[in-house]
Amino acid sequence: MSEMQDYQSKLSDPASRKFGTFSYLPPMSAEEMRRQVEFIVKKGWNPAIEHTEPENMGGSYWYMWKLPMFGETDVAQILAEAEACHKAHPGHHVRLIGYDNFRQTQGTSMVIYRGKTV
Amino acid sequence: MAVKKYSAGVKEYRGTYWEPGYQVKDTDILACFKIVPQPGVDREEAAAAVAAESSTGTWTTVWTDLLTDLDYYKGRAYRIEDVPGDDTCFYAFVAYPIDLFEEGSVVNVFTSLVGNVFGFKAIRALRLEDVRFPIAYVKTCGGPPHGIQVERDKMDKYGRPLLGCTIKPKLGLSAKNYGRAVYECLRGGLDFTKDDENVNSQPFMRWRDRFTYVMEAVKKAEAETGERKGHYLNVTAPTPEEMYKRAEYARSLGAPIIMHDYLTGGFCANTGLANWCRENGVLLHIHRAMHAVIDRNPYHGIHFRVLTKALRLSGGDHLHTGTVVGKLEGDREATIGWIDLLRDKYVKEDRSRGIFFDQDWGSMPGAFAVASGGIHVWHMPALLAIFGDDAVFQFGGGTLGHPWGNAAGAAANRVALEACVKARNEGRAVEKEGKEILAAAARHSPELKVAMETWKEIKFEFDVVDKLAVAHR
Repeated sequence: MSEMQDYQSKLSDPASRKFGTFSYLPPMSAEEMRRQVEFIVKKGWNPAIEHTEPENMGGSYWYMWKLPMFGETDVAQILAEAEACHKAHPGHHVRLIGYDNFRQTQGTSMVIYRGKTV
Repeated sequence: MAVKKYSAGVKEYRGTYWEPGYQVKDTDILACFKIVPQPGVDREEAAAAVAAESSTGTWTTVWTDLLTDLDYYKGRAYRIEDVPGDDTCFYAFVAYPIDLFEEGSVVNVFTSLVGNVFGFKAIRALRLEDVRFPIAYVKTCGGPPHGIQVERDKMDKYGRPLLGCTIKPKLGLSAKNYGRAVYECLRGGLDFTKDDENVNSQPFMRWRDRFTYVMEAVKKAEAETGERKGHYLNVTAPTPEEMYKRAEYARSLGAPIIMHDYLTGGFCANTGLANWCRENGVLLHIHRAMHAVIDRNPYHGIHFRVLTKALRLSGGDHLHTGTVVGKLEGDREATIGWIDLLRDKYVKEDRSRGIFFDQDWGSMPGAFAVASGGIHVWHMPALLAIFGDDAVFQFGGGTLGHPWGNAAGAAANRVALEACVKARNEGRAVEKEGKEILAAAARHSPELKVAMETWKEIKFEFDVVDKLAVAHR
């Protein structure tokens, strides 16, 4: 058994902040991101991109990047929009959402570009 | 109109209450009973007796029967079926007209359906296997105060099951020490912690002190992690007045969720509390202490799928459903059956999952299934495969028992869960590849690595053929 380790998290340490689903895993590679987009498309959900300043991540509403991509099934196109949002707002958190319009909820939501946390 | 004459005395039930040609109405409440009759009582008479005793009948004819239209109000046994693989008993299907029951009253429905009839001499044992609630009746009930979608929005959690933990030891901690255990779990990555059901307001920890410390812990963990968190504050109490007092205080502290035991607390208290939660924007977690007394015997009592429907009608946003893992294949199918009944909009008859009727829930929200008890990180792949996303996985010992403490235990569970969800989304078979998925995730999480060493690997043996078709239990 390994030696006991302290689990670090602090109010004063921005590295303690998490961002919901998949934020306890290492940041996703381009290939991993593509697979999650494929999942959203396969589910028939509507992809959408949102972003926020890190200091405002706690609210329900982030900034929409254009409109949700209703009916979009081209994975490359969806990834290109996410990247465009990231390029336009390099310091922001950017999340990928799959809107499930039948169940009237977000089927999934994950931060795919992480800004500098505060 | 046919005129009936009064004739006193005892008649066979079948004359009035056995009606094999009856066409069920869309508005009827339908019930399926498993009956073990007394020796010498034939199936039709036993079925008719159950229909009579659970609706309008009594043991003898009374003159006041003739002051009403009993043909309108009576329950009718309309079908009898063999129980596959068991000739000691049979299934009897009974239809009840909707006007036998008060609107929106789970209390009233169950007082009839599982009232005196369960002690009735003509039958040796009786089990209520399933009930079809017509949409007309469903619409009179409040149901879950918020439901799955609203809870996801309120808690800001999408695309994965939620994680919880019951604080242990379940009895004996002081309020401040208890709050410490909550804080450590939540800062490590859990979404919820939970009062044990036995924790109400004992001398070692009064409810007000517990609520105060726990909410301080929740708020600090939220600020630290930037994620929304909650603790199921158990408001189950000796009296409804006391229950509401505790609920009001929880709300005043900003608690997002409270908790109730719906069987020991009772349907009346539960329905009232669910209404209070809806009016006050507080989520409601439901525990099920006492259920095994009612649902475990395969010949007598009420099947848990019926208790699940009762809870969905009475109201709750979470319900404990069992974990499946480690048990039999049949249990898995039956559990998936009542999980569907808890969460889905429309559930079709499916005898392979023990579901006897189509059930239309209309617009009534669904509730999260809660898997709790004896589970740890190695179970994560199976839990995800069985329950899907709309569930809460609660690791008590599997969080608190981590060699490095609660926060590390919580982080281990969170990493394991996210790794499994990510792999599932990528199209991988999480149950079969569970070991590789967890091992890969542990390479960047020392907390998970230690958790996996602490709790030995369990076997992933769930790809066997379904066995339920032979006999329901």
